[in-house]
Amino acid sequence: MAKAKAKAEAKAELIGRAHGPGKRVGMEVSIAVSHAVQLSRAEAIAAYPITPQTHIVEHLSSMVANGELEAEFVNVESEHSALSACIGMSASGARTYTATSSQGLALMHEILFIASAMRFPIVMTVANRALSAPLSIWNDHGDIMAARDIGWIQVFVENGQEAFDHTIMAFKIAENHKVLLPTIVNLDGFILSHVVEALEMLDQKMVDDFLPPYIPRHQLDPKNPVTMGAFAMPEIYTEVKMNHQVTLTNSYEHILAVWNEWAQLTGRSYHPVERYRAEDARILLLTMGSLSEVAKIAVDELREAGVPVGLLVLRLWRPFPFQDLRQAVGDAELLIVCDRALSLGGPGGPVMSEVRSALYHLAQRPHILGYIIGLGGRDVPPEAFKDIVAKAQTEMAEGPSQEFHLYGVRG
Amino acid sequence: MEKFGYAESQKYDTYAARLMPRAELFTPGHRACQGCGEALAVRWVTKAIGPDAIIAHATGCMEIVSSGMPQTSWMNPWIHVAFENTAAVAAGIDAGLKILARKGKLKGQMPKVVAMGGDGGTSDIGLQALSGAMERGHNFTYVCWDNEAYMNTGIQRSSSTPFGAMTTTSPPGKKSIGQSTWKKDMVAIAVAHNIPYVATASPSYIFDLYFKVRKALETPGPAYIHVLSVCPTGWRSPTDLSVRLGRLAVETAVFPLFEVVEGKYHLTVQPHKIRPVRDYLKPQGRFRHLRDPEINFIQNRVIDRYRDLLAKCGIAEPEFPFLPEEAPSEEGK
Repeated sequence: MAKAKAKAEAKAELIGRAHGPGKRVGMEVSIAVSHAVQLSRAEAIAAYPITPQTHIVEHLSSMVANGELEAEFVNVESEHSALSACIGMSASGARTYTATSSQGLALMHEILFIASAMRFPIVMTVANRALSAPLSIWNDHGDIMAARDIGWIQVFVENGQEAFDHTIMAFKIAENHKVLLPTIVNLDGFILSHVVEALEMLDQKMVDDFLPPYIPRHQLDPKNPVTMGAFAMPEIYTEVKMNHQVTLTNSYEHILAVWNEWAQLTGRSYHPVERYRAEDARILLLTMGSLSEVAKIAVDELREAGVPVGLLVLRLWRPFPFQDLRQAVGDAELLIVCDRALSLGGPGGPVMSEVRSALYHLAQRPHILGYIIGLGGRDVPPEAFKDIVAKAQTEMAEGPSQEFHLYGVRG
Repeated sequence: MEKFGYAESQKYDTYAARLMPRAELFTPGHRACQGCGEALAVRWVTKAIGPDAIIAHATGCMEIVSSGMPQTSWMNPWIHVAFENTAAVAAGIDAGLKILARKGKLKGQMPKVVAMGGDGGTSDIGLQALSGAMERGHNFTYVCWDNEAYMNTGIQRSSSTPFGAMTTTSPPGKKSIGQSTWKKDMVAIAVAHNIPYVATASPSYIFDLYFKVRKALETPGPAYIHVLSVCPTGWRSPTDLSVRLGRLAVETAVFPLFEVVEGKYHLTVQPHKIRPVRDYLKPQGRFRHLRDPEINFIQNRVIDRYRDLLAKCGIAEPEFPFLPEEAPSEEGK
């Protein structure tokens, strides 16, 4: 008993009680995410276990079991039911959270569209993982790229600190009555989810001050009955879709407002497209998620060798930050988009395809090449980026040899 | 006159037509077909549920006829999400209400949670979500509107379609007698989950239906009610015979009305005499192609199952003078 008590105290210590700047701790990223959900006072959680999301939901279950989080945790029988239950929870007026990955996200697919179109501010962590077949539990972005068009706000994080920060911010963004859209925080499975990192935790008071209790705009209430989920004839369907589109596009300003508020609170500022040594770069790499930290190492080393290279990190995936991207590209000559997913039989990487489309109208635009890397957990060391930069320079000089490159593929 | 045999019957047997609620919670103006037994069932089930309840509804006939944006027939707070997940949505509502109540955010009394779906949305595509929700013990009542096929999409067979019935995907032909499988026993599946209340009901027996819904709502934990809903469009039956056909289903023991309370069976409507199934099959165009061997096969199986039910209820068997002498030959299957 004494041991358990000491453990609990150590854990409480770990969360940090200090006011002002948060406490710096070492923690597995999945556990940091579950603490972010706890600090956000999530009220209802429905989840189904899938690697590598499991540590998040295991930890949340134990918090609920120990009374450390006042919430209903429903162990549903599938991801399809997980998101369906989340819709019921959110519709009843509770702050709702879930987490999934890969096949689980794919099984939810049908309900993903309904959750956003019905405007339920559910927050979901996706521990990005490759899709079968062949079965792979390791990281790539194939799962979320198959769910690009679901109408959710989607953010990618680079490290554990960002995973913690963006989970809390996601609730505030999603629940804004001018937004009311579900939000996905994408974090790379294993590479982030299972890694112990140093990160700064906030205490409960700071989070409470930042994130007020959820006030639903509409809810299922017998005193004020409403019909949710009515069907639409052709006369009205287009208008409903336009409404969703405009809301998602306009959520941009509210996302930025929350990120700015977070910057004032914590000193950590986030931008839809982040630049690293990009100001005077002739060559730009573009990455998402945890690859960005690796790419930064490569950029530093290339800079030392005199190559004018920089990095763009695409953080906000939906709504797509068109203007930020156009500004960030500046007058670079070459933009190398590194996708971690493959659009089979299509243009290669989905991110490359969207980036090229976003920049097409510019009078002066860079040469855009697509490299697909790190599929199904294939390791991507800094050397890979250096190699890609060298190859891309050659290709730019000699003309494109193919639509895209599957970097490092054997045979 | 039927004998009524409800568990705790003294609680309910004083109901009379003039004492039933006047308020319409499933309002007129919906687009259900003429003679729809299901719409009639919804009307009386919602009356029994009352206004203080939240309804989750699966995609299907009753959803599509009642909720064309921007109109609605539902006076209860009502949500439709998708086809196969209504039990999961109801489970989420139950969990959401519980945490709101615990945090003191819920004003007034705890609303009842009711999920509704058709036979396809219940016994086929929605079975997993329903099984999960029943197993987890959510406090909700699930009502299955069983019109015995996918009527909304144009009368395709479901696992709830009865043996021999013609549907657009189980058509009779040179090598087919129509639906080749026996109707899935959804009620037994619900009972197997060890939930506290399971019942069959029919809008042709309104008091019985009403009492069962009330009991289901009052039961803590999951409750399941399977409502046989006559569909003139899909059954190829005259629209003015819907209520009569519902009664014939009970009088021929094709669809006996009973309840299972904490695992104990009670026959709630006991016809004084069981009629031959031919009386039920004959008015329905979907069975028109059936010949004597198939009808005999159906007759024997219906009575076998009814005997099983009577044994579970502890009721002595009546005479079945119309039973065919011999078991059907192979060609009847």
